[in-house]
Amino acid sequence: MTEIERYAVPRSLEEATEILREGGVTVLAGGTDLMPQTRGGRLACQPLLMNIRRVPELKGIAEDNGMVRIGALVTITELLESSLVRERLKLLWQACDHFASDQIRNVATVGGNLCNASPAGDTLVPLLALDARAVLAAKPNGTLQLRRVPVGAFFTGPGRSVRTASELLAAVEVPLPPPGFAGEFYKHGVRPALDISAISIAAGARRDGGLLRDVRIAFGAVAPTPIRAPRTEAALEGRAAEAATIEAAARVALDEVQPISDVRASDWYRRELIHNMLRRVLSHVCKL
Amino acid sequence: MSASCEVAFTLNGVKRELTVPAGMSTLEMLRERLGLTGTKYGCGEGECGACTILLDGVTVNACLMFAVDCDGRELMTIEGVSVSETGERLRDAFVEQGAVQCGFCTPGLMVQASHVIAHHPGADEATIRRGIEGNLCRCTGYRKIIDAIAAATKPGTNRGAQGASHA
Repeated sequence: MTEIERYAVPRSLEEATEILREGGVTVLAGGTDLMPQTRGGRLACQPLLMNIRRVPELKGIAEDNGMVRIGALVTITELLESSLVRERLKLLWQACDHFASDQIRNVATVGGNLCNASPAGDTLVPLLALDARAVLAAKPNGTLQLRRVPVGAFFTGPGRSVRTASELLAAVEVPLPPPGFAGEFYKHGVRPALDISAISIAAGARRDGGLLRDVRIAFGAVAPTPIRAPRTEAALEGRAAEAATIEAAARVALDEVQPISDVRASDWYRRELIHNMLRRVLSHVCKL
Repeated sequence: MSASCEVAFTLNGVKRELTVPAGMSTLEMLRERLGLTGTKYGCGEGECGACTILLDGVTVNACLMFAVDCDGRELMTIEGVSVSETGERLRDAFVEQGAVQCGFCTPGLMVQASHVIAHHPGADEATIRRGIEGNLCRCTGYRKIIDAIAAATKPGTNRGAQGASHA
């Protein structure tokens, strides 16, 4: 059993960040990753366990002026049940639809998925593609301060992010994609439920006449962190939405990713998956 | 020593208060402290669903939940579900359809199925399959479980099952 010296349940963001300032804190949100990680010895529990579930500032999904704010405590089920997410952030909605199982979706939070920083984290790939940013809260000198980090700059390695020990992830902000933006999320695993991705793809673009604009491509589980694929995006941006463009972009993607071999797939298989599945996803995005 | 914390919650309709170590899982609290052994320990990692319980009306894996996090909440285990109207229908349907072999996954599946039925009355097979994707059964191949849940989604249709099982 994990040895925890103190347990705290802050009731406000002010209180939570004050506790974090003292140091030595493990943050508990949904717990679906924290419990197996601490039990399995992959993560050492700090002396203070802080349950953030009662912090009201970390809840809710709201849109304001073209920006969707998703509180860190929003569960995957809440994202799936949000008409705003389903209609306007379809890439994220699709990833949530592929997320674990009902029991886990009911408690797992988007903030936990981000802070866990798995290269295969299901919501991370669409959030990257959607140009989302993480809102980090801290109280460095007695006053609450927020800093915003693009999700593309948030991850520093497997299980690691730029979030410091005194910071709490308060929310994710996602700008609404431009009108006409169509996207698709694809996840490859050996079974539909409860599987960790061998690879995942979030791809989207807007069609301007016959040309592709605002192209965003992100991949999961092919690098130490989820990644955007700028060279693949460049191979599509401003080009005709046709089979030859897709074929060329898929070949660029094959060179752009350098995955590792592990228990879930070999590097060769991952690159084959990226090449072939990106073609399929793009053909849907281009409505070919 | 792990810090001791007082928790108060409603369990199967009854208010409970107890002191638990901060690192204890809800599953350990239910089985070892409260003697409710209907909720099973399968994998301990949220993969098998044998420990499925209802928390504030939604299903969760009790093995992934800290017991301290139960404070102020409403829990229902298989012991509570099995005496509900839906639970009784599910039990009869599981018996009638032969959906139980070794029985280890059955409590978790019945709790999850009660949640599926509550949220999707008259659920079709695809909805049922999707609903129980977090519950593993290594005996039945799922066919009979899905048939049983489908039968239990229709109130009053498996009254004969009760008679048959008592015959």
